[in-house]
Amino acid sequence: MNLMAQIRQSLIIALWFMFLTFPVLAVRVNTIEKVVEWRWPYMVYIGIGSFLISFVWRYLLARKAQGGKEERSPAPETTKDRATTALRTGATGKPIMQRLMAEPRLYRPVLIVLSLFGLAFPFLPFASTYQINIVTNALLYIMLGLGLNIVVGLAGLLHLGYVAFYAVGAYSYALLYYHFGIGFWAALPMGALFAALFGIILGFPVLRLRGDYLAIVTLGFAEITRLILENWNEFSFGPSGIAGIPRPGLFGMEMDLHQGTIYIYFLMIALCMFTIFVVNRLQNSRIGRAWVALREDEIACEAMGVDPTMAKLTAFALGSTWAGLAGVVFAAKTTFVNPASFTFLESAMILSIVVLGGMGSIVGVIIGAFILILLPEYLRAFSEYRMLLFGLIMVIMMIFRPQGIVVGIRRIYEFKKRAGKEGSP
Amino acid sequence: MTRGSIYALIALGYTMVYGIIELINFAHGEIYMIGAFTALIVSSVLAFAGMSGPSVLFLAASVAIIYSAAYGFTVEKIAYKPLRQAPRLSPLISAIGMSIFLQNYVMLAQTSDFLPFPNLLPELTFLESYGLRIGSSEFIILVTTAVSMVLLTLLIKFTKMGKSMRATAQDRNMAMLVGVDVNRTISYTFIIGSVLAAIGGVLIASHIGRINFYIGFIAGIKAFTAAVLGGIGSIPGAVLGAFILGWTESFATGYVSSDYEDVFAFVLLVLILIVRPSGLLGRSTVQKV
Repeated sequence: MNLMAQIRQSLIIALWFMFLTFPVLAVRVNTIEKVVEWRWPYMVYIGIGSFLISFVWRYLLARKAQGGKEERSPAPETTKDRATTALRTGATGKPIMQRLMAEPRLYRPVLIVLSLFGLAFPFLPFASTYQINIVTNALLYIMLGLGLNIVVGLAGLLHLGYVAFYAVGAYSYALLYYHFGIGFWAALPMGALFAALFGIILGFPVLRLRGDYLAIVTLGFAEITRLILENWNEFSFGPSGIAGIPRPGLFGMEMDLHQGTIYIYFLMIALCMFTIFVVNRLQNSRIGRAWVALREDEIACEAMGVDPTMAKLTAFALGSTWAGLAGVVFAAKTTFVNPASFTFLESAMILSIVVLGGMGSIVGVIIGAFILILLPEYLRAFSEYRMLLFGLIMVIMMIFRPQGIVVGIRRIYEFKKRAGKEGSP
Repeated sequence: MTRGSIYALIALGYTMVYGIIELINFAHGEIYMIGAFTALIVSSVLAFAGMSGPSVLFLAASVAIIYSAAYGFTVEKIAYKPLRQAPRLSPLISAIGMSIFLQNYVMLAQTSDFLPFPNLLPELTFLESYGLRIGSSEFIILVTTAVSMVLLTLLIKFTKMGKSMRATAQDRNMAMLVGVDVNRTISYTFIIGSVLAAIGGVLIASHIGRINFYIGFIAGIKAFTAAVLGGIGSIPGAVLGAFILGWTESFATGYVSSDYEDVFAFVLLVLILIVRPSGLLGRSTVQKV
């Protein structure tokens, strides 16, 4: 396409979007004072914005189509992302992230620096209670993301009700404390156990369903859980929730708020380490391979002797376990639970962490969680656009980079096998 | 009944889209919500300008229908078309993303509070004289639904567009080979589904009298339940499912508790999917390698 045709097409797109967004964006009616508020500047922004974006959009689509064609030919220039081309070495042909992960010499120093920073963080001068809280929050989402990653990323089951298990964890600590006075450390495994049980109970009937039905049933299940928590006053105290949940103790030591926050921060670091360790081991275990096989092709996988129901059920149960653990920590951290914390948007947020980071990749999920949780916190001005952004990220990632920021480590096996044509899909 | 017919209008959109491209269009509920919002904005602007009567209803409804169709078309072009050949999970996630995006777009552009929706539907006085115990808005909703459904059936059975839709639903590649413009057909499907959703949106908003940005989500889930109940992909099934769901909800809220109104729809959905995943009128398909 020549330039003029491109400009014309973009103009048409810009006009179309201006037309499209006109009633909702440019007009706001105040039904009480009976006045209409016209917001013309927005129209101009939308017009200019979509004019420019349509160029980028077409360029990216063209590049994607081109990348798809090139990949089939055994030419050396063969990854979707040209930006990483410069960073790759000709001999191994792996993108930099994978090279980093593949060679201990390269990733160990990075890991050591990162863990030192992680340990020192609460004692650095700029780390206020608020800052530590935010990072703890991000760590919590890393845990949730990794848990969901087992279900969505590894086993390929789209789970939209993950937050239900998070709620089960949080409420089991809250209720166990309220009724029986059970402390944090005892509640932690119990919350995980309850969530896993819930996962199995839900898993049994619904796992026969195909992908898209599963998505909607898990979504429905999460809504049922939330509605029950909201309405069953005798059980869960309704929308007002349960307050006064104690923070975790450390051998009966008294801690003020700041120390308590630091303590939870370290607790989360430890739990995250534990999660990463377990998920990493799981990934390379028999069951982990079974999940990946299940994700790629269920029928072929069954033919190879993997019981799909068992594999799915374990994925569900293990995924739910992490949600339960995270839920207990969440209840202890905020000292208060109510159903409003467990809406569908929360599920969507965790899902977009997994999608952004790269389905099936641990490093990806960690990066995704830090980006999606920390960025809106530091860019306060944009925080109300957060969910808008999450939706957009999901669409754009699926179209242009379905494998996520960090490509799952599994691909390395493929690279090794097909030594001649590295970078094949 | 009223509830059922609204669900039917939305469920038809789900069923049509699923029948053709095997995708749950999560953003469909949002199209319904945008239709309701557009109608609200247009009717308010007209009302402030001093207009009233059936012309407001007509203008608001037609603008809402046009905009919903435009949104449906655009959503398909942006979020689904580039993913035609992708694995199944990708368009599904993209659809969820689109749904969240549209919800928040309306919330940020307009408001997150409930807005009062003027009752645009005219009072029908002749109903009383026949001794019918039915509200006029309910009557209008029922009639509109019935008419839309008949028109839709005729459209699919007898027009060229309907024929190409059926062909695409059966086998996309084969349809392409015999000269059906598949992309255009899919666009038409989205447009028709969105038009039905917009009609549903305007009607239910007038009937209930208030809207907010979140109505699309719950309505979408329920309509999806209805579509699954009747057998997804089947048009009479969607209508049947919608009415069954509507009745179940009315009975359940009447006899059990209104707090759990939304729970029943989900429970019904889960039960149906477990017992008979292909739905009441759906064909069960065996997945072949």
